[in-house]
Amino acid sequence: MANNTSTISPDPTHSEGQQHPIGLYLKIWALLFVLSTLSYLVDFFHIQGYLRWGLVLTFMVLKAGLIVAIFMHMWWERLAIIYAILIPPLCLLVLVGLMASEADYTLFSRLTYFGR
Amino acid sequence: MATTQSTPPTSGWTGLTHDWASDKEAFKQVPWGKAMMWIFLLSDTFVFSCFLTGYMTVRMGTTEAWPNASEVFALHIAGQDVPLILIAIMTFILITSSGTMAMAVNFGYRRDRRKTTALMLITALLGASFVGMQVFEWSKLIAEGVRPWGNPMGAAQFGACFFMITGFHGLHVSIGVIYLCIVAFKVLRGDYEHTGKYEIVEITGLYWHFVDLVWVFIFALFYLW
Repeated sequence: MANNTSTISPDPTHSEGQQHPIGLYLKIWALLFVLSTLSYLVDFFHIQGYLRWGLVLTFMVLKAGLIVAIFMHMWWERLAIIYAILIPPLCLLVLVGLMASEADYTLFSRLTYFGR
Repeated sequence: MATTQSTPPTSGWTGLTHDWASDKEAFKQVPWGKAMMWIFLLSDTFVFSCFLTGYMTVRMGTTEAWPNASEVFALHIAGQDVPLILIAIMTFILITSSGTMAMAVNFGYRRDRRKTTALMLITALLGASFVGMQVFEWSKLIAEGVRPWGNPMGAAQFGACFFMITGFHGLHVSIGVIYLCIVAFKVLRGDYEHTGKYEIVEITGLYWHFVDLVWVFIFALFYLW
């Protein structure tokens, strides 16, 4: 059975399952712990406002990216499946944008017409 | 793994167009089970995104203040209110379980059945403890008066969002625990030895990592925001 010892470089001819050195998983695992701790510290130190949102979202996206790319092996998959899976969720940003606009309008209506 | 193509599939952008333009199968060299699990996870991503977007919508639209998650989810330990401690522990447990799962997949491909089974069962145990802690969280909040229609801490929509989102996630974790146990025992029993294909462990791993992934978003958007 082919034992591929490549670490980060994508290997498109990889066919015999997904095998990478365990060290890679342990490093990413440690990195996830660090990012989670940092996320928790954002709350622990009562960081507020845009800095809070910025940090929380950044750590979230980094953690999500590491899990999808390394733990779920996306980094080493064929472009066809990467795009098939990762592009549709981008459409969700459209939904988020639409619903944010709607919620803003709801709040405005409540404040204006119900006075509270 | 035997392929039926006469030429090896090309990589990069050329490969992308070749794959999608070809007949019979679009995802070359991706085992059917893995492609199907990815597509299922894509649909599940949409489900959770709908819930989280709904939560965003009601939170933005309410005139009442949203309950402060740091206070609501704090535990009183040794005379101090420690904010979000249970959530932090739950996050660490789930990340650890993703780590053990990744190692199980690795050992699965090395065909080391005992280590694979052991790591999968450890993953399941960690998942079960996560659910246990979520149940404790629920019982604590319910005891404090949080209901889907109202709560004493702030905006009435908080309970509905909390129970729906964490409930669906907890359900997925529970299903994952059962799934892990079933596959772990099949691996131990040697059910996959005759084909020598251990993709099933990786496919199970994909589901489990997805569960962790959803938690990353819930943790950031619901508890930390």
